[in-house]
Amino acid sequence: MNRISRRRFLKIAGFGAGAAAIAAGTSGRLGAMGRQPAAGETRVVPTYCDICFWKCNALAHVRDGRLWKITGHPDDPLSRGRLCPRGTGGVGAHFDPDRLRAPLMRRKARGGEEWVEVTWDEALGFVAERMQQIKAEHGPEAMALFSHGIGGTFLKHTLKAYGSPNIAAPSFAQCRGPRDVGFELTFGEGVGSPERTDIANARCLVLIGSHLGENMHNTQVQEFADAVATGAAIIVADPRFSIAASKARHYLPVKAGSDLALLLAWMNVLVTEGLYDRDYVEKHGFGFDHFSAEIASRTPEWAYPETGIAPETIRETARLMARHRPATLVHPGRRTTWYGDDAQRGRAIALLNALLGSWGRKGGFYYPSSMDVPDYPYPPYPASARGKVDNPGQRFPFASEAITTGIREATRTGEPYPVKGWMVYATNLIHALPNEAETLRAIERLDLMVVVDVIPSEIAGWADVVLPEATYLERYDEINVELFREPFVALRQPVVPPPHDQKPNWWIARELAFKLGLDAYYPWTDIEEYLDHRLKGAGLGLAELKQRGLVRGPPAPLYFEDGVPAEFATPSGKIEFYSTQLAAAGFDPVPRYKAPEPGPPGSFRLLFGRAPVHSFSRTQTNPILRDAMDENELWLNASVGARLGLASGEYVRLRNQDGVLSNRIRLRVTEAIRPECVYMVHGFGHTARGLRSAYGRGASDAQLITRYATDPLMGGTGANVNFVTLEPGA
Amino acid sequence: MLELVTTRDNPMIDPTMHVWGWEIPVYLFLGGWVAGSMVLAGWFMRQGRRPGDGCVCYVLPWVSLLLISLGMGALFLDLEHRLYVWRMYLTLQPASPMSWGGWILLLVYPVLALSALVSIPGDWLERWPAVKRLAARLGEATASRTLGHANIVTGVALGIYTGILLSSLGARPLWASAALGPLFLVSGLSTGAAFAHVISRKPGDQATLLRADNVFLAVELLLIGLFLIGLSTASAVHANAAALLLGGPYTAVFWVFVVGLGIVLPLAIQTLMASHRIPHTLVAPVLVMAGGLALRFVIVSAGQYSHWISP
Amino acid sequence: MARFGMVIDTRQCVGCMDCVVACKVENDVPDGFCRDWINQRLEGTMPDLRLTITSERCNHCDRPPCVSCCPTGASHVHEPGKVVLVDHGKCIGCKACLASCPYGARFIHPEGYADKCTFCIHRVEKGELPACVAVCPTHAMHFGDLDDPGSGLNRLLASRRHFVLKPDAGTQPRIFYLE
Repeated sequence: MNRISRRRFLKIAGFGAGAAAIAAGTSGRLGAMGRQPAAGETRVVPTYCDICFWKCNALAHVRDGRLWKITGHPDDPLSRGRLCPRGTGGVGAHFDPDRLRAPLMRRKARGGEEWVEVTWDEALGFVAERMQQIKAEHGPEAMALFSHGIGGTFLKHTLKAYGSPNIAAPSFAQCRGPRDVGFELTFGEGVGSPERTDIANARCLVLIGSHLGENMHNTQVQEFADAVATGAAIIVADPRFSIAASKARHYLPVKAGSDLALLLAWMNVLVTEGLYDRDYVEKHGFGFDHFSAEIASRTPEWAYPETGIAPETIRETARLMARHRPATLVHPGRRTTWYGDDAQRGRAIALLNALLGSWGRKGGFYYPSSMDVPDYPYPPYPASARGKVDNPGQRFPFASEAITTGIREATRTGEPYPVKGWMVYATNLIHALPNEAETLRAIERLDLMVVVDVIPSEIAGWADVVLPEATYLERYDEINVELFREPFVALRQPVVPPPHDQKPNWWIARELAFKLGLDAYYPWTDIEEYLDHRLKGAGLGLAELKQRGLVRGPPAPLYFEDGVPAEFATPSGKIEFYSTQLAAAGFDPVPRYKAPEPGPPGSFRLLFGRAPVHSFSRTQTNPILRDAMDENELWLNASVGARLGLASGEYVRLRNQDGVLSNRIRLRVTEAIRPECVYMVHGFGHTARGLRSAYGRGASDAQLITRYATDPLMGGTGANVNFVTLEPGA
Repeated sequence: MLELVTTRDNPMIDPTMHVWGWEIPVYLFLGGWVAGSMVLAGWFMRQGRRPGDGCVCYVLPWVSLLLISLGMGALFLDLEHRLYVWRMYLTLQPASPMSWGGWILLLVYPVLALSALVSIPGDWLERWPAVKRLAARLGEATASRTLGHANIVTGVALGIYTGILLSSLGARPLWASAALGPLFLVSGLSTGAAFAHVISRKPGDQATLLRADNVFLAVELLLIGLFLIGLSTASAVHANAAALLLGGPYTAVFWVFVVGLGIVLPLAIQTLMASHRIPHTLVAPVLVMAGGLALRFVIVSAGQYSHWISP
Repeated sequence: MARFGMVIDTRQCVGCMDCVVACKVENDVPDGFCRDWINQRLEGTMPDLRLTITSERCNHCDRPPCVSCCPTGASHVHEPGKVVLVDHGKCIGCKACLASCPYGARFIHPEGYADKCTFCIHRVEKGELPACVAVCPTHAMHFGDLDDPGSGLNRLLASRRHFVLKPDAGTQPRIFYLE
């Protein structure tokens, strides 16, 4: 039943001629690094960015002792020497006047946001003492860690050494989980982060619910622009006319929630008209006959009333996809937690790609590789007697990673066993998890709530102890052993010192470990020793990485045709058009469509997405990025606006189906969105008083997400199931 | 449907341009008033009027000195980089009416000063014999006429250059009219005449000035008509700008305060005054002057609001 | 003689504002002001919509009205490259140049002088690209010498349909947008 997907990647051991050749080519340009600059000159320090998880390699410029700007590392295969706007504005994180400065302990009740500044010794002493109490009374499993990003590595290490297996990232159950599980069920492995999408070579790119260009994952946006430039056929399905839609040859304004119907109809056309890759399917597929029988009734005519897309358009676009296969990529999307059937929809996308033969083929999905950098030799972690708490009895049988909302539910209910302590690293759970009320009820049950953050976020407001982390520009961090089209190893190193009493995550994790008596798990004396040890294991060294920033390894085969073995970690060992394990677990072996519940009459489905200048809810006080965008807008269909007598520039409040009222938000009345839904960028409407420059600007979608639809396969929380009405005159 | 979205929100530029506030219309009004006063005073001087005979033309220079100083004070307040104002006087930029204006203003002072000097009684200048001699020489017939010419020429330059300045800023289509310079000059003459009429002690001069003001007001109306017709029949961009005064947001304030109360009504009253049908009243000249101020405010504000609408 | 200009590919541009952020950081543009910006023009009705995205800034026009109106000569055409620049020490802050620009490209810096895009002349003189061009992740922006027949700019202009902003304003801007 329980399928744990194995990340399959080819490891490249050692550094042969390939690495040396790359090094020789770049030493001229990078020669300035590490040399002491003369007065008035600029010192350049290589590092990698942390504004989002993409980890583009960057060059930080310090002029006259002051951090000046950050540019892309010319050798970086991720950024190709050009950072996205958030990375370019990264210096603002260092200069943010609202950032945390010193450890804080709460003075009054949780959530009161009243603090007293303490020393690190006091703060960590308190945390350690409480953690020991929790361990004694409830066991170490009663301590959970919510973590996002590579900066959580050392805290995870400390928690595991302490004995807790309950470590989760919201990016699974609240973001990419459904599509990874959908692909795991079909191909035996997930899509990965960064996604293994070969957009650069795609001749036909299908974006369904993906807004590349507003979603600023650097490499993908660059490749998308290349695809546009070289005339690739772009098909976009979205209830909103996004930037990507504006570049598409075919824009399909699908009714919100009907995407799975469209996918099934596309597959129906490919099978019915015999346009799929027969050889590929025959060679690699399992259960195709069952599959085609199942989708036989999912005709374009059937899909038309569901999606609003004319049958001829569905056929035309399906034929266009087939014309360019196998270099046709149906993008898996990223945040795919929409309606509760999301893993099945992710599987449908996987199946569509399988019909087109794009998995493991050029222009579709490549096989990424990474360098072989051995882990630091730590003593083994203590085994947990009780196991993880997030998915009791494997009630979500196909969850391949920990479920954050599962930990939250266990905390709130005490079942299957109590969770009494939370540590939160670099994720603002108030904006990340659906239904804030449940999060707060869970926090009420805790004996210890610790937040490690850079800014005084909403979740930090609910902590007992707030620990200020130094920004990525001020600290060392775990080395990035990237799993990508071209493998490389990258170093993050301090560019400037932290301006106040902020500390790096590795220091916090280690000092905490010492206070917990876990010295055995931190045998290295300082971070440089740790990094150098790991790098030496790969034939490199810290000095070299400090100077160069990253070292690339020789590229490995990407596609089946280059020699990648066509092996699939599924029960049948093949691409599962029909999933026996799903059937055995009582789920649809081939995805089936059910229209999502409509909202109350007169209300609009709340959709949300990204802006290219912000990351989550963490950049709104970055002065440079705030200057670029300081509030979000609500997109409302033009006819609806006319009917309601509302115009762009006016402010409204939103009330959701459960009566929650949002902060005021500015309207954008536009043709570019369907009438049944509204749209806003995520991450605004801050209520944390410490976020002074962002406080009350725009509205928070997260606040309005009080309902969510849980995916029965993997526990993902579909958030596009909330409906709002507009209250003008705000 | 056309939707325009921008990320720009620069102070003074967005959402519509507003770089000049009250300082510039006030300067334009005071400068126009002084220009008109100088032309009128110069005309009287050319007629051979001598100091001491009570002509208004030897009082106006004193008033003008005060007014132009206030006006330049307003200009100075408008500058954003004030400490560098002296840079204006290290160069003459031939294509910049503002550069011409800087030098014209510099020229205005000595002309006004000499004109004022002439009216100072000789015994007040005992202590400065050289100055007394100069004042006496200026008071002589030929010098007086030359001074008159100087006043007229300088006054015309002062009165017309501001309108030319605005009309040279092509990005503000409302100002793109050759009529604007003459309009400002004539408006200044009208304001000057109205004021001079009020302070004049000699009935003959009063009558002359009243008739002159009526002519100026009538010409102003004509120029406004030409201004609006010219813009409305030029390109779509210019017609769109003129529409601001012909149905757009500035319509009411323009037609009521500038045209109605500022020109038509006082012209009617003053016509009746000139033909002795009604007694002289201050109401009309005050309306004329208020109308001149209103004209400057509306033109400057509406002009900044206007923009180049094509994409 | 060199005549610098830009060619910007609106097809490649996704309006991400990287150019705006890079300029701000490179040139220390004060909070609340921008030297470059993104405009979006949406036409049509759903689903037949057309979006044009333009990254805009001072166009360094061939007939710059902001230069002719300046009373002190602070606003001038810099050689080589014919880049339109402002000499801060000569500017009196009269704002005639702000009023003369049909594109609204200028603003008054908090220190009192008129300011705008300088084509990053301090970088160009060292052989680097302007910050906005260098950062653009989709390679939508191109900078070079319009008077060089062999420059990449002229090849692009010859091969693609293009437009300038407000051509009827008569300023002869030197930033060309590929359709």
